[in-house]
Amino acid sequence: MTNARSRAGVRRRPQRHLPLQVLLGFLVVYFLVPFWWVIVNSSKDAPGLFGGGNTLWFADRIDYLGNLQQLFTYDNGIYGKWILNSTLYAFAGGIGATVLAVMAGYGFAKYRFAGRRFSFALVLGALMVPATALVIPTFVMFSEFGLTNTIWAVILPSLLNPFGVYLMHVYARDAVPDEILDAARADGAGEIRTFLQVAFPLMRPAVVTVLLLSAVASWNNYFLPLAMLSDNRLFPVTVGLGLWQGIASANNAGSTSLWSLIILGALVSVVPLVIAFFSLQRHWRGGLSVGGLR
Amino acid sequence: MIDKSAPSTRDKPRTPGKARLREHVMGWLFVGPFGIVFLALLIAPLAYALYLSLFQKKLIGGTSFVLFDNYVKAFTDPSFLSGSWFVIRFSLVSIPLQIIIALAMALILDAVTSLFARFSRLMIFLPYAIPTVIGAVMWGFLYSKSFGPLSDLFGLFGATPPDFLGGNLIFYGLVNIVTWQWAGYYMIILYAALQGIDPALYEAARMDGAGKWQIALRIKIPLIAPALLLILVFSLIGTLQFFNEPQILRSLAAGTISPDFTPNMYAYQQAFALANFNYGSAISFALGGIVFVGVYAFLFFTRKRRSFL
Repeated sequence: MTNARSRAGVRRRPQRHLPLQVLLGFLVVYFLVPFWWVIVNSSKDAPGLFGGGNTLWFADRIDYLGNLQQLFTYDNGIYGKWILNSTLYAFAGGIGATVLAVMAGYGFAKYRFAGRRFSFALVLGALMVPATALVIPTFVMFSEFGLTNTIWAVILPSLLNPFGVYLMHVYARDAVPDEILDAARADGAGEIRTFLQVAFPLMRPAVVTVLLLSAVASWNNYFLPLAMLSDNRLFPVTVGLGLWQGIASANNAGSTSLWSLIILGALVSVVPLVIAFFSLQRHWRGGLSVGGLR
Repeated sequence: MIDKSAPSTRDKPRTPGKARLREHVMGWLFVGPFGIVFLALLIAPLAYALYLSLFQKKLIGGTSFVLFDNYVKAFTDPSFLSGSWFVIRFSLVSIPLQIIIALAMALILDAVTSLFARFSRLMIFLPYAIPTVIGAVMWGFLYSKSFGPLSDLFGLFGATPPDFLGGNLIFYGLVNIVTWQWAGYYMIILYAALQGIDPALYEAARMDGAGKWQIALRIKIPLIAPALLLILVFSLIGTLQFFNEPQILRSLAAGTISPDFTPNMYAYQQAFALANFNYGSAISFALGGIVFVGVYAFLFFTRKRRSFL
């Protein structure tokens, strides 16, 4: 991202306003409390959890390994299956949605074809369509084709990403100059080759962002798989943990061990996201700011 | 539709016939695959939902065409009306709260440039990476009477802990979860917009004797108005469809959160628990209508400032 501050050459000296920093400190504590609670309490076994010890500090006996082993062996290792399912849905949905969005965004930005304005207006209108309004009719449609309760019921709907198309359109319009494309064409490159070898490299930062956003959207999805899937071996981890939580609350006394599994399960399911978040944060911000900067 | 009226994205002169044809074909080749998915998974379900919502299934007599009866039923159904009223009230409280907090944080992070500020920015944004379901699960733990910290904390002062899962406080319990989840995301969008402002403007304002507060109120906030509008619209669309958090907390807050707590939950219950897809579709569509009216009303009242989309 370009930084207006350094461009303008009037870079100010670092500001270290102390009261504001203290305020920030409180905010950070607030935003981290749930993570801290989960980290601390996933070290406890069921008696430690309900034993009335300090809820914001570790138990005397820290048993991460025992809990992890229990988490991944409970009910024939169903938790591991859920994590793998989430990974599959995130990658398949994310990559598919990105390929479609990159092509469509480039097409809208660089070709003046009949119906372009009308179709693009439709895509923008789709940004306003409540995604959940589509779940019920999609379910009924899919059940006619026997697609419900299969992995396709989750993957196919996540291919639709109008926001990705909008982002790619904005980026392709601004970052891919027509002159370069025309030069490539004049050199005898076909349209497909021009797209793959000239335009695509220029669009790469936005491609990564769209990929990340669509993959995370699929990973976070709850309503769609909850509606589509009945076989719990196909569940993503969000629906799976929701199921466990329902069971654990329904018979509070009999399922104390399930609670410790849910707590650790929540922690483990968040780890890949947090890693992706920290290692790719540059790309997150790049894409998120496109809408705001314009 | 011939694109004579289309604004030119390219400044080159019109190309002759054969090349024009190729441009049409190539354009559709690139847009086509997405177009197919768009038709199959957005237009078709919407049309189908509209179709379904015009029928009623009865135990006796089977399915019959009833035109708008389902909608009349929905807009006189206390469950749908109270759910809609809840999400509207929830939007009115939670969206301004989130945006004010996000704006304050963005302004602070724009003004304070220390290592700790950069660290805070990352930590405040972190909840956005967490699935809303997991976020709700985590806050459910914190609210819980059996293993949450609230009873410990309030016990220190000999006070009874608030029960965010029961009665009147569930509203604020949910406001808190949503704020935790999204304020950081909005903060990042606003922060990026603030960083895009040319600091020469601040210099000029300082020369004219403007203080820090005046610069924030008179220069920074007006200049990031488009970004503020963008997040307002997105949060409005999201909040009116409220589903994940109350659905997850339902098992913990037995009795407080009914199956018709929000319109989306009610549609889900009708369709999947009661197999009443016709009425479920009608509720979804009616909710979609409320979202459309809400968003367009909002855009209409702020149309002078609209410069995104």
